[in-house]
Amino acid sequence: MMTPGNIKDKVSIVGMGCTKFGENWDSTADDMIIDAVYEAYEDAGLGPDDIQAAWVSVTSSGASGTTLANPLKLNGIPITRVENYCASGQEAIRNAAFAVASGMYDIVLAVGFEKLKDSGLRGLPSTNFSDPAIAMGMSAPGSFSLPWAYFFENHNVTKETLGKIAVKNHYYGSFNAKAHFQKAVSLEKVINAPIIAWPLGLFDCCPTTDGASAAILVSQRIAKKFRDDYINIKATSVSVDSVIPGYRPNHEFSGWPATRIASQECYRQAGIKDPVKDLDLIELHDCFSITELVTYCDLGLCTKEEVKEKIDSDFFSLDGEIPVNISGGLKSFGHPVGATGVRMVYEIYKQIQGKVEPQRQVKNASLGLAHNLGGYPQVASVLIVGTE
Amino acid sequence: MIGIKSMGGYIPRYRLKRAEIARAMGGFSMPGSNAVCNFDEDSITMAVEAIRNSLDRTNAKEIDALFFGSTTAPYKEKQSSSTIALGADLSDKIFTCDLSNSLRSGVSAILLAMDRVGNGQSKNAMVAASDCRIGMCGSEFEKSFGDGSAALLIGNENLIATIDDSFYLDSDFIDIWRTENDRFVSTWEDRFIKTKGFQKIMNRVIKGLMDKCGLGPSDYQKAIINVPDFGTMLAVAKTNGFDPKAQLQHPMFDTIGYSGSAHPLLMLIAALEEGSPGDKLLFASYGDGAIAMTLTLTEQISSYNITSIKDCLENQMELESYETYLKLRKLIETEADRIPALPSSAPYMWRDQNYFTRFYGSKCKKCGTTHYPRHRVCYKCKSKDDFEVIKLADKKGEIITYTKDGLFPSPIPPHVQTVIELEGGCRIYAMMTDVKPDELENHMQIEMTFRLLHERSNFKHYGWKCRPLQKRRIR
Repeated sequence: MMTPGNIKDKVSIVGMGCTKFGENWDSTADDMIIDAVYEAYEDAGLGPDDIQAAWVSVTSSGASGTTLANPLKLNGIPITRVENYCASGQEAIRNAAFAVASGMYDIVLAVGFEKLKDSGLRGLPSTNFSDPAIAMGMSAPGSFSLPWAYFFENHNVTKETLGKIAVKNHYYGSFNAKAHFQKAVSLEKVINAPIIAWPLGLFDCCPTTDGASAAILVSQRIAKKFRDDYINIKATSVSVDSVIPGYRPNHEFSGWPATRIASQECYRQAGIKDPVKDLDLIELHDCFSITELVTYCDLGLCTKEEVKEKIDSDFFSLDGEIPVNISGGLKSFGHPVGATGVRMVYEIYKQIQGKVEPQRQVKNASLGLAHNLGGYPQVASVLIVGTE
Repeated sequence: MIGIKSMGGYIPRYRLKRAEIARAMGGFSMPGSNAVCNFDEDSITMAVEAIRNSLDRTNAKEIDALFFGSTTAPYKEKQSSSTIALGADLSDKIFTCDLSNSLRSGVSAILLAMDRVGNGQSKNAMVAASDCRIGMCGSEFEKSFGDGSAALLIGNENLIATIDDSFYLDSDFIDIWRTENDRFVSTWEDRFIKTKGFQKIMNRVIKGLMDKCGLGPSDYQKAIINVPDFGTMLAVAKTNGFDPKAQLQHPMFDTIGYSGSAHPLLMLIAALEEGSPGDKLLFASYGDGAIAMTLTLTEQISSYNITSIKDCLENQMELESYETYLKLRKLIETEADRIPALPSSAPYMWRDQNYFTRFYGSKCKKCGTTHYPRHRVCYKCKSKDDFEVIKLADKKGEIITYTKDGLFPSPIPPHVQTVIELEGGCRIYAMMTDVKPDELENHMQIEMTFRLLHERSNFKHYGWKCRPLQKRRIR
């Protein structure tokens, strides 16, 4: 297989918007799309007539480009709906970036949204049988909890270890005005919460959330026309595993291959040798506390042998070696599936511009990584953005 | 001679103590327990289990007829024996037939199978009987009904017992019934049905058989007298000159309850398992009249080493409460019932029924990786359409990892989902059943079991789950 090319510094983000994430009972999906996109328009200093093409990510609460055309009235331009489980949001940005990098368009829009709370379900709609015949009986927390036995048996990871991740993300979320939960929790409360899927308790799981987020992408050569503190796409990759990982003989449930493949490819594109040293912050897919732990290892931030000690020593906190999920993460910010990937880039964009709440501002940030993981889990996306 | 070639019983793992029924519903308490189907079991799945338990000596593909007797077939319209044949991986060049509506449907099936072997149409005719009847909450029936199934393979060579003669009577009698719209079993006042129904017919049929065979009660080592209550059984035995202590086959009412059309076959199998060559058995069973037979055990019984009834009686797990029983039987609506389910598809299920229902996998001819369900392109070596189809249902395996999932809808949460590895290296995401969450552990040994997976789009989806490996006394 030939090595892919490189998109580094060819495409810039000059405007972003994001709704408050949460139980947005008073908003329709259209309302949230309008709020996120018009914030991005304003941030970039442009309007709907400037947009040449658009990509929209949604998994279960909409379909087709019409979900964007109807609320935004976009002049009959090309609009494509993308979907790739929890990696959908990054797919919107990634495909928009490719279109700009190809020279086809100069100014495009990428939007992610999800309206989960109108479904009336606790958890995602996929909590019911996925396949009529195999009827694989797993909820999302069920499937993501499967590495637990490996880490418990081999690396001394306990429920307390997982609890510390939830405590960290709740703590930073408590300062984030757009987060679903803005409340710190104690380790004791996390550990003693009702069990959802062993060992994951209520506070180990992200909530079901409504939200939308939007990005204006332009060709790097015209980015300065819009603003000085724009950011560039440094690397993008998606890995779709060829089989649900546990089907593979000898798979030991110590990690998810898709994250490893997608991150290694992005490190190559961005020229990253040591992610802990080279990156300033990471937004990773902490749909469940254990997933954040597994992803530390899969992104190469530490080894499986080290992971418990790193968590215990606050390695991943704002003052640690590599700040992870200083937004509050999916755990605290919420996880409207189609919106999350875009929302992560919004967080890194605002961090680099120095515009987040002071209690959680990363100092002198210039390079950040966003990661999503979806399916059982089989799909991972990694996107690296940063200054020139 | 025509007779029995092999046999298998199946009793579900759960037991509900009758004292627990009285605790919840009031009324008098009775000793003993009833065998209770798990929520994913029904008469079809239990019949598949019994047939699989009976097949150690015979290749499933050599079976050329299947008669299924039950009063609780899951469908009113659609033949259960066809689903059972698929689940037990029988050939499709086979005569299948359901017998329904009578407590003697299982014994009637034996007579029909004998006819078929006798006239040369069949060499290996399988009889399966299975029932999971429900007594109204708080009723005497609820305290006495149990669930179970049994399978007998009828043929004319390699017999463990010969069926020497039979005698039967018909009777249209209002004793125990369910109309089309009834969920629960109805009955008339018990003194009438016991004296004028059970006893009168059973006495006539036993006398008729013994007269026809020229045998008396002392010629039999065992009398298997199948009636729905123990008092009648004793009375019938005494009236016909049998010594209840020495000759009467234990009815298992205390250990599993009365399992309807399966019960006479289960009692017969238990008697055969305990018998010796040359033993003569009197086998008489009530239901819309009665059927009686004389059987003689052959030399082959001494080398027949399957003890399915004993295994099933030992492999039991007490139901924690009457309320759990209500949930298993869907006698109360639960939160899990309210979660909307995705629709299913008949073509989808039909297209790959060898994989879904027979439980075949595909084994790559190039690298040997076994896939389930089938993969046309091997996920290890990528060779395309180069695989052999292999049967996975009889393979044992171990748990690689598992989760106790409280969010996934289940009548008895938490739902247990596992990743297992079968002998030969096939990895499967398998739901687990008949397991206490506390007994779960990694590397636990498992085996596969045929279960009702769900009923989306209002039809039944049968398939395979794993369960803890059952101890088998002799094998």
